[in-house]
Amino acid sequence: MHKITSLRMEHITKRFPGTLACDDITLSVGEGEILALVGENGAGKTTLMNILMGLYQSDEGRILINGEEVRFKSPNDAFSAGLGMVHQQYMLVSNMTVTENIALGYKAAWSALKLDLAKVRARIVEISDKYGLAVDPDAYIWQLSVGEQQRVELVKTLCLGARFLILDEPTSALTPQETDELIVLLKRMKRELSIIFISHKLQEVKNLCDNLLILRHGAVVYEGKTADHSMADIAALMTGHEVELPVNEEEACSGAVVLDIRDLDVKSDRGFLALDGFNLAVRCGEIVGLAGVSGNGQRELAEAINGLRRVERGQILFYGEDLANKSPHHIIDSGMGYIPEERNTEGIVPSFSLKENLILKDTEREEFSNHHFLKNKAIEENATELRVKFDIRSPNTSVAAGSLSGGNIQKVILAREISRKPKFLLAVYPIRGLDLGAAEFIHKQLLEKRREGVGILLISEELDEILDLSDRVAVIFKGKIQQILDRKDANRRKLGILMAGVGDDQAL
Amino acid sequence: MTKHFKLIYKITIIALAIAAAMGAGSIILLSIGADVAKTYLVILLEPLKSTLQISEVLLRAIPLSIIALGISVAYRSGIINIGAEGQMMMGILGTTMVALSLPTLPKVILIPLAILTGALFGGAWGFIAGILRAKLQVSELLSTVMLNYIAAQFYTFMLRGPFLDPAEKTLGGAGTPQSMRLTRNLWLTRFIPRTRLHTGLFIALALAAFIYFLLWKTDFGYKMRASGASGRAARYGGISVAWYLVVSMVISGAFAGIAGAIEVAGVHRRALEGITAGYGFSGIVVALFGGLSPIGIIPASFFFGLLIVGSDMTQRLVGVPANMINVLQGIIILVIVATKMILADPYLAERVWRWYQRRCTVRAEVEA
Ligand SMILES: Nc1ncnc2c1ncn2[C@@H]1O[C@H](COP(=O)(O)OP(=O)(O)OP(=O)(O)O)[C@@H](O)[C@H]1O
Ligand SMILES: [Mg+2]
Repeated sequence: MHKITSLRMEHITKRFPGTLACDDITLSVGEGEILALVGENGAGKTTLMNILMGLYQSDEGRILINGEEVRFKSPNDAFSAGLGMVHQQYMLVSNMTVTENIALGYKAAWSALKLDLAKVRARIVEISDKYGLAVDPDAYIWQLSVGEQQRVELVKTLCLGARFLILDEPTSALTPQETDELIVLLKRMKRELSIIFISHKLQEVKNLCDNLLILRHGAVVYEGKTADHSMADIAALMTGHEVELPVNEEEACSGAVVLDIRDLDVKSDRGFLALDGFNLAVRCGEIVGLAGVSGNGQRELAEAINGLRRVERGQILFYGEDLANKSPHHIIDSGMGYIPEERNTEGIVPSFSLKENLILKDTEREEFSNHHFLKNKAIEENATELRVKFDIRSPNTSVAAGSLSGGNIQKVILAREISRKPKFLLAVYPIRGLDLGAAEFIHKQLLEKRREGVGILLISEELDEILDLSDRVAVIFKGKIQQILDRKDANRRKLGILMAGVGDDQAL
Repeated sequence: MTKHFKLIYKITIIALAIAAAMGAGSIILLSIGADVAKTYLVILLEPLKSTLQISEVLLRAIPLSIIALGISVAYRSGIINIGAEGQMMMGILGTTMVALSLPTLPKVILIPLAILTGALFGGAWGFIAGILRAKLQVSELLSTVMLNYIAAQFYTFMLRGPFLDPAEKTLGGAGTPQSMRLTRNLWLTRFIPRTRLHTGLFIALALAAFIYFLLWKTDFGYKMRASGASGRAARYGGISVAWYLVVSMVISGAFAGIAGAIEVAGVHRRALEGITAGYGFSGIVVALFGGLSPIGIIPASFFFGLLIVGSDMTQRLVGVPANMINVLQGIIILVIVATKMILADPYLAERVWRWYQRRCTVRAEVEA
């Protein structure tokens, strides 16, 4: 196993029908270096890395490792050359355990007739000890939070013996603590391997990476050292204009309570109480930020409110009506909008076209159907309009939604949920995976909705996002509200302490 | 990759698949000592040589297409219906019951009524499997197969008991288990002289158009397809996935029932054993071969009708047993599955594309 001392991609060009995804890109990474790859949604980052991993073949260009040209016909070739990638969209089999998932790619454990699971387990334990990555080898994937799945992916890649890591937005689903840990970990790993790091969070990029490559519309627009630029500079280079995330500076709202959750008990997939006597109220025209480390009941809360999970006890009063254990259809009809956490499996039907996905909840509405017959023209017009308004980058409105870039899938969901004119919006990690420009736009939209009198419950782990937008901040810990703070009283430090489960009186 | 290349690629793969199927078939033909080329020629060309033969092919295509349409609806909604055979028998019983008990009704009332009753019976049989899956998570693969057995026993019981032809009764236990000839008012018109081809053909075409509109032009179809494509996203979108599973299974069963009704009213004019003739199973192959869309199912059912009639003729003309059709169907299923996997493999397409490009550049260089 040789070290990878240098990796070069030269003049890579890749076309998809209607899209030039990569346009003559050249990059190189030396030994022990970390290269940041940044750019807007749909700029071609993932595609470029998929080419490096042998998932796609480039139309033009070549790849050199240690000065020698290589050709990867499939990801297996890339693995054996020592490359490993953690994808933006996790590639785990959900009804198998962690060990089984890793065993799938771990050739050393396969002999002619049997699969040595004990060996795989041992390897997992070894890797997770070495790098301090906690994973439960026997947990089923479907039981894990997105952050935990991300860790499994990283362990999997390392178990397979990667000496060059490609991380496609590894932090977008992590908690701030997990992110910090990952950054420390990667800095430590830098001694042994080189890394390509894709992220929309410029803080991390500045913090971790030596070099920077910015893509726009598939082409390199800037290449240089991260140390030479401020975050604002990088953001401007990326989007072509100054980015300023909006801040909620208006008077706190004193409208009527529209969503009133009382004494809610909800079970998690693993059968324990994920929400345990949960109480929260949101007024109309108010944004309540729900801060908390993921896995403390946020997912169960969101699903219970939307009728996707059984409520064991308690009430969800929405404009006076109890929504507990009502059907999703009924809840949608009563005006609830929901931006779910899992965009690829829940928020869209991947094989449906962009325009079909935009009417997922509205096929019965008169706007789009006439006596059950779909109005194709109206559907097309709706999609054309939203595609422009939300800047969804796609060749047309008939492409399969699953073929869009991660950030653009998120934009499809946001476009649908916001444009449906809901009376209330439950937004779970709304800007996860979005580039800065898009995040700016979405935050403006949320504030706009707030001004229109829509109540918004914003579930997020991004403290900046919560502090920027919320009128009040509630902190969730182990299925209960730890404390509710007014915006003026909330700050990063205080929230961090509360999120870790330390009660207010103990800390201060 | 260009669109042009993609199309050529697809066609080439399908052509190769057909060649592979015929190749595999020839091994079996060789092993029974048949003349391979001649057998294929007989199967594929002989049935097209006269109006009579073509009408026989179409006659087989009618029930095949109707059943396949129903199966495609279920399949697209995320439930696999292997129970069309049983549902078809139930449909036949329903139709027969109506015709036996109301023989004096005028044609314009009796035919629709009998076909609808067939649909109702078949649909009810499909409903059982659908509701079991939706409420109790019973696999439809198991329940539909089991229901096939129950339907087959019940069918025989009815033909030997309540529906038995009084003329057969006089013969004692030795009679054929079949109903009496049903009233003329039930008969579908045979519209080409000296052939058996009946107006069921137009019903089949109308049903194909119906399914096309249902699946792609209405909100029902949208919801069914969404449920089948991604149950989780559909549920999130407020679609009652369980309900659409049941509905699609009822539609699927009803279509099999209609196929049964039309076979009785158009071809046999009485209920007898063996009417279903494996159509319920062949329908699955036709649905898959037709790409689960009405536009594909129509030619696919014609092709399978051709195979059925053709294999019947091999017996007479080249001495190859008609059972060959079953072997061919098996091979075709395997080839369809393999072809689908190959077509869905982006790496392979990419590799061929690169190879093709290299070929082009080399040729350009040579010319220059
Ligand atoms: N399999 C595919 N078929 C067709 N078009 C594709 C395919 N994969 C990607 N694209 C298109 O290529 C472009 C680049 O996509 P890519 O996923 O590389 O973007 P990205 O930079 O990773 O964006 P994000 O930050 O949103 O993840 C997009 O316009 C996308 O729609
Ligand atoms: Mg990406």
